[in-house]
Amino acid sequence: MNLLILILVPIITALAVLMMRNNNLVRWTAFIGSGIQLLLSLGLYYAFNQARAHGETSQMLFEQKTELFKSWNISLHLGVDGISVAMILLTSFVVVAGVLMSWKVEKMTKEFFFLLILLSMGAYGFFISLDLFILFFFLEVAVIPKYLLIGIWGSGKKEYSANKLALMLMGGSALVLLGLLGLYLSAGKTFDLIQLSQIQIPVRTQMICYPLLFVGFGIFTALFPFHTWVPDGHSSAPTAGSMFLAGISMKLGGYGCLRVATYLMPEGAHEYANIVIVLSTIAIFYGAFATMMQTDLKYINAYSSVSHCGFVLLGIGMLTKVAITGAVMQMVSHGLMTALFFAVIGMIYERTHTRQVNEMGGLLKVMPFTITLLFIVGFCSLGLPGLSGFVAEMTIFMGAWEHPDTFHRVATVLACMSIVVTAVYILRAVGKTAMGPLKEEYNHLTDATWNEKLAAIVLMIGILAIGLAPGWLNQLVSPGAEVIMQKLK
Amino acid sequence: MPNPTYIILILLLPLASFLLMGLFGRSYIKNASGLISTAMLFVATCLAFYVAYGYFFEYGNVNGVYQKLIPFKYTWLEFSKGVSIDMGILLDPITAMMLVVVTLISLMVHIYSLGYMKGEERFATYYSFLGLFTFSMLGLVIASNIFQIYIFWELVGVSSFLLIGYYFEKPSAVAACKKAFIVTRFADLGFLIGILILSFYAGTLDFNTLIQRLTSPESMEFKTAVASSFLGISALTWGMVLVFVGGAGKSAMFPLHIWLPDAMEGPTPVSALIHAATMVVAGVFLVARLFPVFALSTPDALHIVAYVGATSALIAAIIACTQTDIKRVLAFSTMSQIGFMMFALGVSKYGGEEGLGYTASMFHLFTHALFKALLFLGAGAVIHFVHSNDMNDMGGLRKHLPITHATFLIACLAISGVPPFAGFFSKEEILLAAFQHNPTIYWIALLTSGLTAFYMFRLYFSIFWNKEYHPHGEHHGEGGFAMMMPLVLLAVGAAAAGFIPFGKFVSSDGKALISEFHLQFSIAPVALGLVGILTALLLYKKQNSKPDTIASSLNALYKAAYHKFYIDELYLFITKKILFNLVGRPAAWFDKNVVDGMVNATGNSTQTISEKIKGFQSGKVQEYAIYFLAGATALAVCGIYLWK
Repeated sequence: MNLLILILVPIITALAVLMMRNNNLVRWTAFIGSGIQLLLSLGLYYAFNQARAHGETSQMLFEQKTELFKSWNISLHLGVDGISVAMILLTSFVVVAGVLMSWKVEKMTKEFFFLLILLSMGAYGFFISLDLFILFFFLEVAVIPKYLLIGIWGSGKKEYSANKLALMLMGGSALVLLGLLGLYLSAGKTFDLIQLSQIQIPVRTQMICYPLLFVGFGIFTALFPFHTWVPDGHSSAPTAGSMFLAGISMKLGGYGCLRVATYLMPEGAHEYANIVIVLSTIAIFYGAFATMMQTDLKYINAYSSVSHCGFVLLGIGMLTKVAITGAVMQMVSHGLMTALFFAVIGMIYERTHTRQVNEMGGLLKVMPFTITLLFIVGFCSLGLPGLSGFVAEMTIFMGAWEHPDTFHRVATVLACMSIVVTAVYILRAVGKTAMGPLKEEYNHLTDATWNEKLAAIVLMIGILAIGLAPGWLNQLVSPGAEVIMQKLK
Repeated sequence: MPNPTYIILILLLPLASFLLMGLFGRSYIKNASGLISTAMLFVATCLAFYVAYGYFFEYGNVNGVYQKLIPFKYTWLEFSKGVSIDMGILLDPITAMMLVVVTLISLMVHIYSLGYMKGEERFATYYSFLGLFTFSMLGLVIASNIFQIYIFWELVGVSSFLLIGYYFEKPSAVAACKKAFIVTRFADLGFLIGILILSFYAGTLDFNTLIQRLTSPESMEFKTAVASSFLGISALTWGMVLVFVGGAGKSAMFPLHIWLPDAMEGPTPVSALIHAATMVVAGVFLVARLFPVFALSTPDALHIVAYVGATSALIAAIIACTQTDIKRVLAFSTMSQIGFMMFALGVSKYGGEEGLGYTASMFHLFTHALFKALLFLGAGAVIHFVHSNDMNDMGGLRKHLPITHATFLIACLAISGVPPFAGFFSKEEILLAAFQHNPTIYWIALLTSGLTAFYMFRLYFSIFWNKEYHPHGEHHGEGGFAMMMPLVLLAVGAAAAGFIPFGKFVSSDGKALISEFHLQFSIAPVALGLVGILTALLLYKKQNSKPDTIASSLNALYKAAYHKFYIDELYLFITKKILFNLVGRPAAWFDKNVVDGMVNATGNSTQTISEKIKGFQSGKVQEYAIYFLAGATALAVCGIYLWK
């Protein structure tokens, strides 16, 4: 399978969107384009499994390399392993759902869908790049549309949020760039991930570049204390914007932390592991407690994302194969779950025109489909077995528990404790929204429309596929984690 | 050896019922949903009986020992070699017994609900939740892997949440379902950490291997687990105690019981199924499942089980004497009876005659399921008739509800331990086990069984005798055949189940345990039970002021018991005042003002600085010339200084 097609399809879709005459055609083009991409990524998963089943053991599959700038040693080097395939699957599910959830965008429709597809192109490119320069390029492609999406189509204090998000993420990118240049200069003038992984990067470089890269990517994935763009950014973004932000953008960071920082710099990873664990435990715990006090549904989900992404970083910081597998699973699970959560919040907001839980109540009576989804996604968030969150969190716990020393034990127990706090805030939010007496002004509310239902079903399929039969994801991801672990030994 | 993989069908039928009713019930099946679900569960029940029969009488017993069979196993999620979550079936005596109990009670509740829930708007949803619960509970009892039990444990919790919150428009029901979920979740945290500890030392999650490794003193796993310690207590003991915390939460043991009384907000048949007969005994089942490890490797943890059980039994019995909501009386009585099962396990040893407590506990679990479900369903019929939960609104109902009255009386006699009803036999065994191993607990148990007889007959007389009942408005009799049939069937069970030679089938080590019947030993408990019944008769058979007089003479104690010893208030204080106000609020404030404040400050200061220095770019050549001169001078000064 030629991986270039994964970048080409979004580009063609984006251009086609620009050429469409009316909004309806724009929507359908975007939907069909993202649908094709979804099929392609499923095909990629199938092809990947087939290749592995036929004994293809090389680390990266479907590799291809085209030289771009010879003097700088930059090339378009593409390839995937199980971890990338998992992330690509996640992205394609979220994109389809996001497009469907934007069906009613009337303001500058063409530009809106163009930016959505452009953003997704950045994400796909990011996940398949094996050249750090190209990877960085795609990272930037995925950031900039977000600024516009929030600034133009957002709500509330959107200018402030858009600025904050863009500046903080740009700050993160700047750190990443510094770190990459450091690697480039001190380790043989190459940006090639595979080559870099085969040479011994000087320990001094690692000590400087690891924190740069980890914090830089970490900002994307809400590393404490650089997470404050998350609540504001999410709450001001339009529904699809929030879905993309939480479902895709935050995952770019986690993937970067794992694939670039941790994989290339094992000594750095070991040196800073404890700091990573402390910060991520704080994020998990403190994010959960901060969520408890929120009353806006989007803020609730945003803060809970801080907490859940803390699990990703915790899994990476634990440096065991099982924990890293769990971290990747958590990225996929959280991406699907939080995208669905934002979708449901969007459906509710569109009808009630409020996101304050105190102003709602009893909505289960009038919107059974939507609210059932809210329950399911809430249960997923609090780690109910049968849904994806449980599998990912338990894998991280099992991996984290492999360290017998007190420090790791305490961090793990604290992380485990968050399952109770999560239950408190989720049930509080869901209870206030869905249960209790119904307010009179909400009597006439209607349930989800076809596009909303379809979006939800797409995401639900992903959540259930992981939650009910996690074996496939585990088998996909854990060889990738194994490769990273071998280098970390 | 036969391979009863068809056990899986017993699970799949309720699951199918859940999916069918959940997806299509609202729109397509509607009123037929009850009948379809019930039919599916009937098939499952027949299968469960068939499995139990086959296991106990045909293939389970090899050379006098009941085997632990694994007819089915599927690796669900593999962490590393040997450590994986498997979905499997572990068939041993307690599994076979629980299969029968769960399906039977669930079937009774399904049938009963056909009458009780008739005309409900969300009838199909109700049946789908019942299906989900039954599926999860069955998954729990067949689990062959400790993580599998945890998975179904959580699913049981969520079905309980959904069913308690069935009347979701009632704020009290919403509060109750949240409370039930969060309190049990808190306990499950202990369970989870316990699993992590046990799996770390045992190097497996599989029950059979885990038990085998952690009970044989020669194994490496056992040695390391005992050698490593935390705060002076061995890791193994920590693990087992934490697992028990999970069990205590689900089984509403003191001090994690606060959710159970509130859980009575759910529909009454649900209380009968979940909060009386099946889910709440999951904790007992869990301790029984890991019993060899408790008994052989961590006797200290088992002591904790015993004392927690005994304390819960006594406290709940005292509280039950003061409550006026009939469902709450039954809830506290459930808690008390589960306390009996717990301490019976707690005082037991492993193997042979010494293992009497184990057999007694399982026996009581079995009989209790029958008579407690009967009590709840009877209470449901009463509530259906008077439209109130409060004892003070009832009285004299024996003429209006003859069948309910008769069956309720049988259940009361059974729970009070009056021979020859079922409760008598199981409770005698428990008392005997306690008497042999732990005198303190024996006395507590004796006192509690006296109290049990008192409060049960207080309930009975207040409902069916006391004042005359004057029906007002239209009322619809006793409920139809659907509601009466389960009552009668369960009453037969509650009356006769005691004659099952339980020790022959269920014992701690799988070998038959022949318990003898000691006449002289039974005198004390039976006499005490009769005293309790007589006291209740004097106080409550006719309407009089004596109960109030006694209550006011016991002023402080009565008040404290009536308010459930203020444990709820204590929890509220901890959660609302401490967690919300002292942790949550500061965390949110800190995030908004300090962390985010720094981000904003960075942004603002950048803006301020650039505001200040933007004047430099004025575009006036003269100013640039001055800057240039000043810069050049400064450089020159620096250069000269350094050069020297």
